[in-house]
Amino acid sequence: MNRRQFIRSILCSAGSAFAPFHIVRAQSRKLRIGVLLPKSGLQGLIGQSCQKGADLAPAVIRDLLGVEVELLSADTETNVDTARTRAERLIQEGAHCLVGAFDSGAAASIAQVAEQRRVPFVINIAAAPQITEQGYRFVFRNFPVASELVTNGLALTQDLFRATGTAPRTAVFMHVNDTFGQANARAISAVLPQLNLSFKLLDTISYDPAANDLSVEVAKAKTPKADFLLLVSRLNDAIVLRREIVKQRWNIMGIISPGSPGMYENQFYQTLGKLSEHCISNVPWYDPKAPLSKTVEAAFKKLNPKDHLRFHALNVGYTFESILIAADAYKRARSTDARMLTEAIRQTEIKTRMMIGGPIKFNAKGQVEGNLSACIQNQGQKPVVVLPATAAEAKPVFPWHDYKKA
Amino acid sequence: MSIDLINLTNVIISGVLTGLVYGLMALGLSVIFGVARVVNFAHGEIMTIAMYAAVAAFAVLHLDPFVALLPIAASFFVFGYFLQATVIDRFISRPQHSQFILLLALAVIIANGLLIIFGADARHVQLDYLLDSIEVGSLLVDRGKLYAALVACGASASLFAFFYCTRTGTAIRACADNRAGAKVVGLNMKRLYSIAFGIGSSSAATAGCMMILLVDLTPGAGPSYTLLAFVIVIVGGLGSMSGALTGGVLIGVSEAVAGLFITPSAKSMASFALLIVALIFRPRGLVVRRA
Repeated sequence: MNRRQFIRSILCSAGSAFAPFHIVRAQSRKLRIGVLLPKSGLQGLIGQSCQKGADLAPAVIRDLLGVEVELLSADTETNVDTARTRAERLIQEGAHCLVGAFDSGAAASIAQVAEQRRVPFVINIAAAPQITEQGYRFVFRNFPVASELVTNGLALTQDLFRATGTAPRTAVFMHVNDTFGQANARAISAVLPQLNLSFKLLDTISYDPAANDLSVEVAKAKTPKADFLLLVSRLNDAIVLRREIVKQRWNIMGIISPGSPGMYENQFYQTLGKLSEHCISNVPWYDPKAPLSKTVEAAFKKLNPKDHLRFHALNVGYTFESILIAADAYKRARSTDARMLTEAIRQTEIKTRMMIGGPIKFNAKGQVEGNLSACIQNQGQKPVVVLPATAAEAKPVFPWHDYKKA
Repeated sequence: MSIDLINLTNVIISGVLTGLVYGLMALGLSVIFGVARVVNFAHGEIMTIAMYAAVAAFAVLHLDPFVALLPIAASFFVFGYFLQATVIDRFISRPQHSQFILLLALAVIIANGLLIIFGADARHVQLDYLLDSIEVGSLLVDRGKLYAALVACGASASLFAFFYCTRTGTAIRACADNRAGAKVVGLNMKRLYSIAFGIGSSSAATAGCMMILLVDLTPGAGPSYTLLAFVIVIVGGLGSMSGALTGGVLIGVSEAVAGLFITPSAKSMASFALLIVALIFRPRGLVVRRA
């Protein structure tokens, strides 16, 4: 090799070394989605339930859309700071899109990261309204905000009273004092006067969702002698509360949640047994008759042969749909480029879905409107749709038969 | 919102009963510090292990925690004895920050070990009588809390009897009161420290077996119990057994009453407020141990 050939080869090597990578590198054939869920800590059980929705998504989406999805999972540990650092790490590991985080506090901190790093973030479950009120361009949510959740939930409460021929006049409102609980409390204060419901709130009591002992809270709630308990809870506290109601012989017509987790979760039935009966949750739910629901149910059964989708309907449904949104956008954008993916998500219109409500279509704030709730009652130690009548699987029971017996 | 007298009385009774169990937990910490001058930053974690042992005994052998109590407490005496004799004893004469780091490390290892073995799910013991209450006129007394409090009282009484009516207990008290004098008269300090640590661990284990009747359990429960134990012994008096019990009841009642009158979500604020008041006005604690 002479001097000219040597210099030429050096220049060619340098040229390829400095060439723009996005031209040289082949387009990624897989969409990498970072899934952030609380798989340990206070909300670990619910996060694990959501994870089941994530686990079945790649296979179902491959069949539905012909798109390859790779999931990168991270545990937020029910901690807002951990959620932020895990989101950063997933983006560094190459996630094209983020999905999560079941908790409003965690979702809010991940949203900041997504916005700073310009990576689209699709929220599966989180109701605090402020997350999509910040003017974020990269944050999307397919879940009702607190006001919508509460409006739907309270309206269903009135339908419940009508359907059962009961007329409770008073309620005590208890709620967790985290981001979600406080958002719900504010929404209830704002919405209740407008709905002209048959009952009024005698007292509002907030409590720590991590509290192991709720005896003082229940003692305080008993004082005004309300007809029923309106409850915004998480899972572990709902269990503790239910036991305390029995211990303190608090004679109420029932417990109604206008839209919160806990009382329809598998662990609630497993821990409380017959004590779980007739608790009511007015929450967004899946349509068991929808074709996509049947597909997801079959996939769920394959991965979880000893479990039932109905115990995880909300968690699995919304988590699956959030991954579906990302995959659908990827198929249309034909690129994992953040801006193109984000714009494609913004243009999403998915009519075939598994959750009750209108099509998945984002408004200017990145929020899907039209997610509806159903009245879910625990009957036979499983969640059963009792309202609306068109989707009902059984008749509602209110007041509950006997709160004392286990 | 007015608070009726019946409700207030129920809450105070509940606070006293829970406080007695807290007091037993703090008693163990007080014994360990009073004798060996070791601040056991893994105290809550040791109690958490005992709670898991009670859960496992119930799940596998269907043993009521009251039945499992004795073997668990005995096991933890042995555990505490050997922990002191083999590990902590090497740090007795070292600077306090070395003891702190050692026991903190132990606490972290225990918490993560429990997480690996048992997972993050909340555990509990499901017994019918735990859902029952005893009616005394218009008052309702939680049956589970009552039984737990009675056991806590019994365990505390046994400890008092041990320390004041036995030769070994008297020797341990001599160690606590006057180390130099104890050495001069030929007491085996190392053995007595180990016995004290064993008693402290056993006391925490007993409290743990009772606590599992009252609360659900997760691997991360330890630090909050350690902190609570510290608050109680500081309020009650460091190194004082009766102070630990008094402090426990005071904290239990203050949390309950504050939750009723202020807001339930700020219950723990009451115990820390009490701590600050105690540090300002009674820094040596409510019950001062005579030298």
